Amino acid sequence: MSTVESSKKIRALTLKCIGSLGSGHVGGSLSIADVLAVLYDKYMNVDPSNPHMEGRDRLVLSKGHAGPALYATLCYKGFFPEDWLLTLNKLGTRLPSHCNMLLTPGVDMTAGSLGQGLSCACGLATGSKILKDNATIYAIVGDGELQEGQNWCALMYAADKKLDNLIVFVDKNGLQIDGTTEEVMDIGDIENKFRAFGFDTVSINGHDHDAIDKAIKNARLHKGSPSCIVLHTVKGKGVSFYETMGAGVHSTTCTAEQLQKALEELR
Amino acid sequence: MEMRKAYVAAMAEVMKNNPKVVVLDADLASAGGTKPLYTQFPERAIEVGIAEDNMTCVATGLAAYGFIPFIHSFAPFSVRRNFDQIAVSVSYSCQNVKIIGYDPGVTATTNGGTHMCFEDVAMLRALPNIRVMDIVDPVQLAKAVPFVAEHQGPVYMRFARKQTDTLFDEDYKFRPEKADVVRKGNDVTVVASGAMVFDALKGAEILHEKGIEAEVIAVHTVKPLDEQTIAESAARTGCVLVVENHSVHGGLFGAVTEMFARTVPTPCDAVAVYDRIGQVGSLSELKKDYNLTGEDVADKAVKLIARK
Ligand SMILES: Cc1ncc(C[n+]2csc(CCOP(=O)(O)OP(=O)(O)O)c2C)c(N)n1
Ligand SMILES: [Mg+2]
Repeated sequence: MSTVESSKKIRALTLKCIGSLGSGHVGGSLSIADVLAVLYDKYMNVDPSNPHMEGRDRLVLSKGHAGPALYATLCYKGFFPEDWLLTLNKLGTRLPSHCNMLLTPGVDMTAGSLGQGLSCACGLATGSKILKDNATIYAIVGDGELQEGQNWCALMYAADKKLDNLIVFVDKNGLQIDGTTEEVMDIGDIENKFRAFGFDTVSINGHDHDAIDKAIKNARLHKGSPSCIVLHTVKGKGVSFYETMGAGVHSTTCTAEQLQKALEELR
Repeated sequence: MEMRKAYVAAMAEVMKNNPKVVVLDADLASAGGTKPLYTQFPERAIEVGIAEDNMTCVATGLAAYGFIPFIHSFAPFSVRRNFDQIAVSVSYSCQNVKIIGYDPGVTATTNGGTHMCFEDVAMLRALPNIRVMDIVDPVQLAKAVPFVAEHQGPVYMRFARKQTDTLFDEDYKFRPEKADVVRKGNDVTVVASGAMVFDALKGAEILHEKGIEAEVIAVHTVKPLDEQTIAESAARTGCVLVVENHSVHGGLFGAVTEMFARTVPTPCDAVAVYDRIGQVGSLSELKKDYNLTGEDVADKAVKLIARK
């Protein structure tokens, strides 16, 4: 199956997951479905039957509120059965709204308090360097999330330590909760900021699978410094009425009716 | 009325009357309810983005410039994420910063463990110079806001944004230094903070059916604590059950038992969160899971009375 087909499946499962509760972090989950599809179809060296496999590649979903997209991906890849997706946020669930490494097979880092994930990814990348196990560490951060100062501590660290086994994706969907990133707190030229901090940086359409594929391939080959792939995305991507919702799509409803419409569009 | 509606209405009034009051948000103005202030007072409503540590120290700078800044976020991000900033730039520097923490403890519900802060009261109680408040309902909130703005010095106030349960009527008189005795009784003193007062009252009702009369004291300010009201009640009832949506370590239970340890040894117990982390769930499920219900209040009270 092509990665495009996988991304449709991931979007559908994401919405089934959120739909089981009736509302949730729809927008930021849908915007990363394409990068997750390419990563897990083509690059992540992981084993669903052995989620703690030594030397595996790891993903830190620093924007932990997009957990449902990662759960959908992990489920699709066979880490756990599909009926788990319907337990989102229910008491005792293995799938809480924000990623938890102690609860979900395949989740490599806990997140939900924005701004901590990149530092954790730096620690993973450092560990892999010490062990020389050749793992690649991936991290996905939100564009609004970059407003947290700790990210910039992590960037400085990653460049200083020459963590060329670290690949950072920025989900540049242009939106956060209170509005567009420009309205809330303009983060300026993300690409050049990452370059200034010593990252090998490219800027691509985050829904173009060939571009994502090529960028990851190049980043993995790049040596001597960490890499950043800025994904220009649409919050709510893949479902027309979510794509046009504006900032409100961050946390919104997914009723039975909306779910059905969305699934039709994703077919 | 939702707490956040009551809050923004009270803040609009305070900002109208006092040109020194400013609000700061960290990308939760729409969630927390302060958004309308951005059109009403564009110069004094400041969005800092997702940067709570920066927000705290920007507020300190504004306070040092004579302003009265209110900073807002979910409880974990308005006190825990930026704790050293609060310790140094607010507490140590004694700057007039007002800290608002939304959705404390179990009221974080489906946001889950990362957002479920059971330690905010303990953390801020341990810092000098800060008043620590846990608000029961929209009426009390509306009356507390003008006091908080006028009070000289840092204040921390926690409340659940979407709560509509209302205890007091419009005649309620908010007394900053006084807890409210909301039910009279002579068998056990139940001291509850914030919205746990509702559960304490439920517990008192269950106890009443068993022929046990609980006195329920509603605490809005954990620090400085109205020790007098609690001590006088305890002298009559002989035992004290603390009820709080917080860790059993260092919150209201800490404040009450520290007082009795210093003064008159008194049997105490707590309906609180016993050394557990947060998780996702609905409010009612979570209250059951952490043993924070009216039934838990009644059960613990019965056992406590036996220790007298
Ligand atoms: C430290 C911290 N502050 C605030 C929040 C509340 N919050 C959750 S998501 C979010 C907006 C995130 O925006 P962005 O990073 O752009 O994510 P995306 O658009 O990809 O969903 C905020 C403010 C949080 N989870 N953690
Ligand atoms: Mg965004």
